[in-house]
Amino acid sequence: MAIKTFDRATQVLIDRAEALGIETGIHRLESQQPQCGFGQLGTCCRMCYMGPCRIDPFGEGATMGVCGASADTIVCRNLLREEVGGASSHVGHARHVVLAFKKMLNGEAPGYRISDRDKLMEVARGLGIEIDGKSDMEIAGDVADKALEDLSRQNGEPMNWLRLRAPKREFEMWRALGLLVSNAHNEIEEAMHRTSMGNDADPVNLLFACLKIGLVDGYAGLHLATDFQDIMFGTPRVRTVDANMAVLEKDKVNIAIHGHNPVLSEKVLEFASKLEDEARQAGAQGINVVGVCCTGNELTMRHGVPMAAHNLQSEIILLTGAVDAMVVDMQCIWPSTTKISECFHTKVITTEPFVKIPGASHVSFEPEHADEEAEKIVRMAIDAYRARKGEDVVIPKEKSVGFAGFSIEAILDVLGKIDPSDPLKPVVDNIVNGNIYGAVGFAGCPSIKLRDTSMTERMARELLKNNVLIVTTGCTAHICAQAGLMDSSATDKYCGEGLKAVLHVIGKAAGLDVPLPPVWHMGACVDNSRIASLLGALAERLGVKISQLPVAGSAPELVQEKAISIGTWLLALGLLVHVAPSPRILGSPVATKVLTQELEGITGGKAYVELDPEKAVEGIMAHIGQKRKALGI
Amino acid sequence: MKEIFIDIERCTACKSCEIACSVQHSKSKDLFTAISEFPPPIRRIHVEKALSYSYPSKCMHCAEAPCMMACPVGAIYRDTDLGSVHVNKDRCMGCWMCAMVCPFGAITADPYMKVARKCDFCRKRVKEGKKPACVEACPTHALSYGEVDDLSKAQRLSAAERVARAVSAAGEERKITPLKMLRDMGGV
Repeated sequence: MAIKTFDRATQVLIDRAEALGIETGIHRLESQQPQCGFGQLGTCCRMCYMGPCRIDPFGEGATMGVCGASADTIVCRNLLREEVGGASSHVGHARHVVLAFKKMLNGEAPGYRISDRDKLMEVARGLGIEIDGKSDMEIAGDVADKALEDLSRQNGEPMNWLRLRAPKREFEMWRALGLLVSNAHNEIEEAMHRTSMGNDADPVNLLFACLKIGLVDGYAGLHLATDFQDIMFGTPRVRTVDANMAVLEKDKVNIAIHGHNPVLSEKVLEFASKLEDEARQAGAQGINVVGVCCTGNELTMRHGVPMAAHNLQSEIILLTGAVDAMVVDMQCIWPSTTKISECFHTKVITTEPFVKIPGASHVSFEPEHADEEAEKIVRMAIDAYRARKGEDVVIPKEKSVGFAGFSIEAILDVLGKIDPSDPLKPVVDNIVNGNIYGAVGFAGCPSIKLRDTSMTERMARELLKNNVLIVTTGCTAHICAQAGLMDSSATDKYCGEGLKAVLHVIGKAAGLDVPLPPVWHMGACVDNSRIASLLGALAERLGVKISQLPVAGSAPELVQEKAISIGTWLLALGLLVHVAPSPRILGSPVATKVLTQELEGITGGKAYVELDPEKAVEGIMAHIGQKRKALGI
Repeated sequence: MKEIFIDIERCTACKSCEIACSVQHSKSKDLFTAISEFPPPIRRIHVEKALSYSYPSKCMHCAEAPCMMACPVGAIYRDTDLGSVHVNKDRCMGCWMCAMVCPFGAITADPYMKVARKCDFCRKRVKEGKKPACVEACPTHALSYGEVDDLSKAQRLSAAERVARAVSAAGEERKITPLKMLRDMGGV
């Protein structure tokens, strides 16, 4: 028996895996114990072939690498490379979307169109593009070119998306600190260059480079992706969704769509509805598309597709035997999925030429042939259903409901019903009077190391009790949805009196029969851009810097390098960023001191490591309390 | 009685045993806290290099321990339950006789306490039914924990299998006898 135990739905399937002799992540984690101390502290350097070198954290052995690099240098170089991994993922994602958009404009990708003209115009105006007398397609072309400039400019001018989306006060602060970035690809190249053997050895200089990569991630990754996705596929509106693995249906063709990029998932969803008849002819009652991980969130936000599973459950959901096809694109795809799929009739279908997994079927998905390829993928799922029909499946019963779709536009829409001339007024007034004591943005993944402690849920419930509103994205949103925290019933169940009253009033004003939920689903992990926009709007409305707001960020269950680069962006914006487990910085006294203390005097940002959920909330509450006091509220 | 065995062919020099040993001998028993403790915890296992091999060197808890015999003040004693060899730090006067006679270099000096330090067999852990920290930390099983008779039995079986495979591979013609095989392997 595995030592850790998880939520009921997950545990049922882990038990099934054990009964069937199938290995899951929890077993693999066990066999990795104990994990390397040098790795955890960040003091292992593999940058050159005089090494690998390790610094003895207890000071008995080596204090420097062969080249003379100290623990500080090694830790900061390693951290910067993690940042690059994260930022490259987001910039790569955004670039895929922009290129698909560009192909659409050139008539080369007929499967796509502009869905949100308003957002296109908002972005175009923000970028300073001349609109009068131009067709939508011409304007869209200019917008795409502005985006591609951020991946090609060589003159050192700040990125267009940094000018477009960065809050004004923070933009000026970054200018003064020399942090403004010009071209995402150049910054990524320079970060790889400066961390290779014999370049930057100054830990503080390297930490500043980390902040720059944070900005690359935030603006050339997250914001860029969100903006183009909204223009192409629509800006999310508030809607209700079902969550957890129970959204699978035994008698339907179940397509679990997993990964990050809606350029694929939107088309699969479209063709699933077009091929319903074929599924019926195969003996199914229809086709059921469900979302896993962040491309699931994309479909949830725009179409209300059920949130079937977070990243940790991406292999677990296959143990139901009820998934006919798991269609994946990029990021967070565990290679174990194909191993488990072999035990059932499940087809794992990879679609990106740069993301292939042994044992998967590969359908190379290109925007030019999106319709044909999406059709082919859905047909593969129907075929898999034919093979699966009549076999035993185990679908856990636990299911929750909740609200999703809290884009900035949707939030302002809801709040605008109270005061159309000043939509943020109800939020600002209630922050000032203390009904909303503060707000916390939850982002990140489910950690297999912390999931058994319900780290995210316990932190969320504790914050709500203290009248702290929560906004969330990514797989953390799946966790919150499964825990029922996105349902309106959670408002009365978990919130303190102040927050409860506010959510009732807003819910009523929005024309809902129920209060708004206390945890707002703002999208996929790239949509942390939406959280930053909300913070920017609040700070602007109050005339203060983001670092002065009574808010904090938290990655309660850190897994991915992407969380490191997003977190660093939030540090640059001036937020307290809680994280668990610890980033690999503790082997460096300089990195630890700068990130957890001294940075606060520079950007206002501060990293805060705490693995105990209740203590973490205490730390966050103390921080919010200080910010309120400083604002005189 | 159980012992800690070392398989030099499996050691990758990752030094996980060293870290685990330091953490085990810290106050907090937690890596992230232990690195900033003072006095710093002192490890009792050292990965050393010889030819192209690495070797996690530690006290072998000898059945006839030279360090015990050499200690002029009787500071080194045996745990009768575990058979392991320990230093009584209150008696130790730091003369280093033990270090001079130890064939394994297993004695290190504690610079803060001015006494001899050596592997304590993770006595508390072992009595709780756990493996010694270094054994638990070793990702390649270069360190193992068990009875000497079991180790020898496993090595006998492994030798027997090697011979049997060679003989059976020789097939019908039987040109290789077990004796020849043993000679080819380096002599009888």
